[in-house]
Amino acid sequence: MSGHDTASSPLKQTPLHALHLARGGKMVPFAGYDMPVQFPAGVLKEHLHTRAAAGLFDVSHMGQIVLRPKSGQVDDAARALERLVPQDIMAVAQGRQRYAQFTTASGGILDDLMVANFGDHLFLVVNAACKAEDEALLRKELSGDCVIEVLTDRALLALQGPKAPEVLSKLGADVTGMRFMDAGPRKVMGLDCFVSRSGYTGEDGFEISVPAADAEAFANALLADPAVAPIGLGARDSLRLEAGLCLYGHDIDTTTTPVEGDLVWSIQKSRRSGGTRAGGFPGADTILAQIDGGPPRKRVGLKPEGRAPVREGAPLYGDADAREPIGRVTSGGFGPSLNAPIAMGYLPTSHAGVGTRVFAEVRDQRLPLLVTALPFVPHSYQR
Amino acid sequence: MTTLYTADHEWLRIDGDVATIGITDYAQSQLGDVVFVELPKLGRQLKKAEAAAVVESVKAASDVYAPISGEVVEVNDAVTGDPTLVNSDAAGKAWLFKVKITNKDELSGLMDADAYEKHTA
Repeated sequence: MSGHDTASSPLKQTPLHALHLARGGKMVPFAGYDMPVQFPAGVLKEHLHTRAAAGLFDVSHMGQIVLRPKSGQVDDAARALERLVPQDIMAVAQGRQRYAQFTTASGGILDDLMVANFGDHLFLVVNAACKAEDEALLRKELSGDCVIEVLTDRALLALQGPKAPEVLSKLGADVTGMRFMDAGPRKVMGLDCFVSRSGYTGEDGFEISVPAADAEAFANALLADPAVAPIGLGARDSLRLEAGLCLYGHDIDTTTTPVEGDLVWSIQKSRRSGGTRAGGFPGADTILAQIDGGPPRKRVGLKPEGRAPVREGAPLYGDADAREPIGRVTSGGFGPSLNAPIAMGYLPTSHAGVGTRVFAEVRDQRLPLLVTALPFVPHSYQR
Repeated sequence: MTTLYTADHEWLRIDGDVATIGITDYAQSQLGDVVFVELPKLGRQLKKAEAAAVVESVKAASDVYAPISGEVVEVNDAVTGDPTLVNSDAAGKAWLFKVKITNKDELSGLMDADAYEKHTA
C-alpha cells in the first residue's frame, strides 16, 4: 500500500471529518489533511455510481479565496489577476467561472484554479497542496489593487453525476437554470452557498461552498437522497483520469507549460500574440512562442494495449528496444467505466499524434500503448 | 494439508513437496477492487522473498513475494482472466501459483492460522 505523507505535523481535518468516519471512510493523509480514500462500497462501485447517479465529494481541503477590488470595480481585480495568469479574466461575466493557471517566469505552472466573477469581487478555488503559496503570491503581487481574503470558515462539497441537478433541486436550490461554468451565490436549504455548475469528474454536477458550521447537516441532507453516495479520493482520481483532467503536481507542474500540458484551449485569443491584451503574465515569452510555433512535447492520452495498468512514473519509449526514454507517464491506472487501463503522459510532438504506438517499461517489460484522444470518457457538461 | 501464512499476507497450502500460494482475505480487503493479476512464468525458479506476482487494484500495484524458494509448476489462468476472483475468494479459487519446494526448512519461519490472526489483529 502506498501514499504515505512524510509530513510530521498533525493532519488537518475538514468540517466533514466526523461524517467520513461515521460512514466508514478509509482515511489517508492527503495534502496535509486526513481524507477518505474510499468508503465501504470501494473505488470501483463509487466510480460507477457517480457516472450513473450522483456522488458526493468532500473537497473542503481546497483553498477558497476572495479577491475584492479596492476600487469597488470588479474589472480592476480582473485586470490585476491577469498579471498572474494567461487567461482573459476581464471577459469573465458576472455569474460565470473560468479555468486558469498561475504561471512561472519560465512558463511553468504554479497551480491551476477556478476564477468566478461574483459581481463585486472574484472568487478563486485553488488546490489544497498549493494554497499557502497561492495566497502568498496573491498578497505579494495584488495587494495594491485587491484585498485578499482566504475563506477558512467554509466547506466545499462537489455533487457530481447525472442525478445531481435533481437532487439539489429537491433541496430547494434553484440550479436548473444554471449551465456549465455558471457560478454565484445561491440559497440552498436556506444556507448562504456559492454554487458553480462544474467539477472534476467529466460529469454534469456542482461544487457548493457552504458555511463550515452547516456542512455536516448539508452533506447528510444530500446523502439522505438514495441517488447520492459518498465518494473518496480514489474514485475522484479515476473519474478525473477518464475525463482527461490534469492533476496538479502530477500531469502539470512548474516544469510543464500550459501549452505542453495541452491547455491552450484555456488561453483566450485576447492574451495570445496579436490579441488586445497579449502577454503580460509570467512566462509569456515562452508560452506565446509555444502557442505560435508548437511545443517540443505534449500531454497525451495513452491506452495500454494489454490489461496491465501503466502507472505514474513509467518511462515511455519510441519502440520496444529503444535505449533512451522519450517521455514519462504522469497519471495512470484503471478506468472503471472503460473496464480497461488508461494513462496520460508527456511525449515529444513527433510521437504525440493519435494512433502512435509507444512503449512503457513496467517490471522490466516493454508494454505497447496507443496515443489516444482525450477525454477517454466523453464529458457530459450541460453547456 | 497444512496452511501457513507470511507476514506479507500470503497463504501457502502444503501438499507433499508442492505449495499452492495466494494472498489472504485480509490482503484483498486492504487492496480493494482487484483489476489485474500478473503471475510468474511456468518453470521459473523463484528465490524466497523475490517478487513473484503482481496484484493491482484501481489505486495501486502490489507485489506478491515468493514465500519460499522453488520452481513454478502451475499458475492459475482463471484468476488472470477474472481478477475479481481475488476479492470474492482469495483463499480458494483465487490461488495464484504452485511451486515445487526447494527446501522445506524455509517453511519453519511461517505462521499458522492462529499466529496469522494475531498478526492482523
